[in-house]
Amino acid sequence: MKKLRLSPIIMVAYLLFLLVPIYWLVIMSLKPNSEILGAFTLFPQELTFENYRTILTDPSWYMGFVNSFIYVTMNTIISLCVALPAAYAFSRYRFMGDNHLFFWLLTNRMAPPAVFALPFFQLYSSVNLFDTHIAVALAHCLFNVPLAVWILEGFMRGVPREIDETAFIDGYGFTRFFTRIFVPMIAPGIGVAAFFCFMFSWVELLLSRTLTSVDAKPITAIMTRTVSASGLDWGVLAAAGVLTIIPGAIVIYFVRGYIAKGFALGRV
Amino acid sequence: MEKTANQRAWFLVLPVLLLVAFSSVIPMMTVVNYSFQDSFGGNEFFWVGLEWYRELLRSERLWDALGRQLMFSSIILLIEIPLGILVALCMPKKGWLASLCLVLMALPLLIPYNVVGTIWQVFARSDIGLLGRFVTDLGFEYNYAQNAADAWVTVVAMDVWHWTSLVALLCYAGLRSIPDAYYQAAEIDQASRWSVFRHIELPKMRGVLIIAVLLRFMDSFMIYTEPFVLTGGGPGNATTFLSIDLVKMALGQFDLGPAAAFSLMYFLVILLISYVFYTVMIASDKEEAQS
Repeated sequence: MKKLRLSPIIMVAYLLFLLVPIYWLVIMSLKPNSEILGAFTLFPQELTFENYRTILTDPSWYMGFVNSFIYVTMNTIISLCVALPAAYAFSRYRFMGDNHLFFWLLTNRMAPPAVFALPFFQLYSSVNLFDTHIAVALAHCLFNVPLAVWILEGFMRGVPREIDETAFIDGYGFTRFFTRIFVPMIAPGIGVAAFFCFMFSWVELLLSRTLTSVDAKPITAIMTRTVSASGLDWGVLAAAGVLTIIPGAIVIYFVRGYIAKGFALGRV
Repeated sequence: MEKTANQRAWFLVLPVLLLVAFSSVIPMMTVVNYSFQDSFGGNEFFWVGLEWYRELLRSERLWDALGRQLMFSSIILLIEIPLGILVALCMPKKGWLASLCLVLMALPLLIPYNVVGTIWQVFARSDIGLLGRFVTDLGFEYNYAQNAADAWVTVVAMDVWHWTSLVALLCYAGLRSIPDAYYQAAEIDQASRWSVFRHIELPKMRGVLIIAVLLRFMDSFMIYTEPFVLTGGGPGNATTFLSIDLVKMALGQFDLGPAAAFSLMYFLVILLISYVFYTVMIASDKEEAQS
């Protein structure tokens, strides 16, 4: 095969295209507002961490991060707990209506959150869960549970059945086999599923904003309110944006080899 | 792998079933209810039958939003799929460089949707944004908040920025599964770069490409947050896509009936697409298992 000389150039150009907007955000978060609006500079003339200080010292800002972390963690745990047995069932057994059930789960991953915004608001208000973390965590299960089932099913198919059968012959009960042997075997799959649940719950805005007002308001929703209300505190807005990117950037390092598999619903 | 029939597997699926029923079936029934009723002050309801559906199908609002939506989804597919394939072909094959590329490329995928909107907002504004300033300095009139064409270009660029990496990552995973022997055989045959791509790489990427196309189509079909933050659906209604219009109707004007009817039709479209997706994917799974 002839070596493509163009390829490094294309690659670098693409990465630049991806990174320049992020660079602009980071740079903006390190400038005072006067410089953002007044002078047009590629590097901050007056390096300041004031914007970050504003966020990290004001409870109405940093509680947003705490809230987001709480419901994202709850959602990830709930999703994995219910998805594990289901994925096992789908990967090992044939039962009445299994294909239809699987398709029905898929439709929930594909359902537009906008359709569910209003009914969710009413449902969770009527059971007194409005503005609680668990409400958002449960609402996000709508798309995260199907996703977790799909990813885990993909990983579980790679585990040979003989292992199950040997364990059962050796006298393991189902629960003990599942928790002691099977779960450790698909640990990477669980990690990837957890990562994707974490991520999709972290990036979602519409439902989490609709279901919260004060006590459980996520950082992403607090950001939008700042844009519309006080309008132009660009520096703080940029700093908040940078801070929301960091968790994703950290976890991505750990799952870098599995990202494609996760996005392909466990099918690569 | 041959599966054994076991009806007791239903017990393993039960928790998922209950949870998803709670967060999907109950809200869905509420929507169905509203779509056949008219409400006064949000607490008195009257049966109106198919009135809302008739009104909606006749109104231009739904069709306009649907038209914009279809155009948007087609444009981003036409850009993202070829670009994603190209990037995947250009990626380094192994080593720390490959890891670095993977991590950098995945970065936009993990940014909260509204932060993506914010990033592009500050990047494209002509007063404080790098892109906006650059384009203006080149001598173009550019203002995405006032000019519909500029708004479209910005929204499309944002989506390409946000999601092309997904296509590239999937294709890359597909390419990695090609054994080296294939390339060596091609080299012996002195196959051109194009025919290597056409006859070896493209067929191997078929499965992941199907997933990429359909995921991108569906996710772009329900895009809400990014354009909402960037343009708010404007200028005018120029970038008001289906989800934005629906949320405006349901939570902004509180028109429960029409919004519910809108939701159901929207959902049916998605359902239809998902069904095609599912059938195609199962079929290609089977084909792969046989070959």
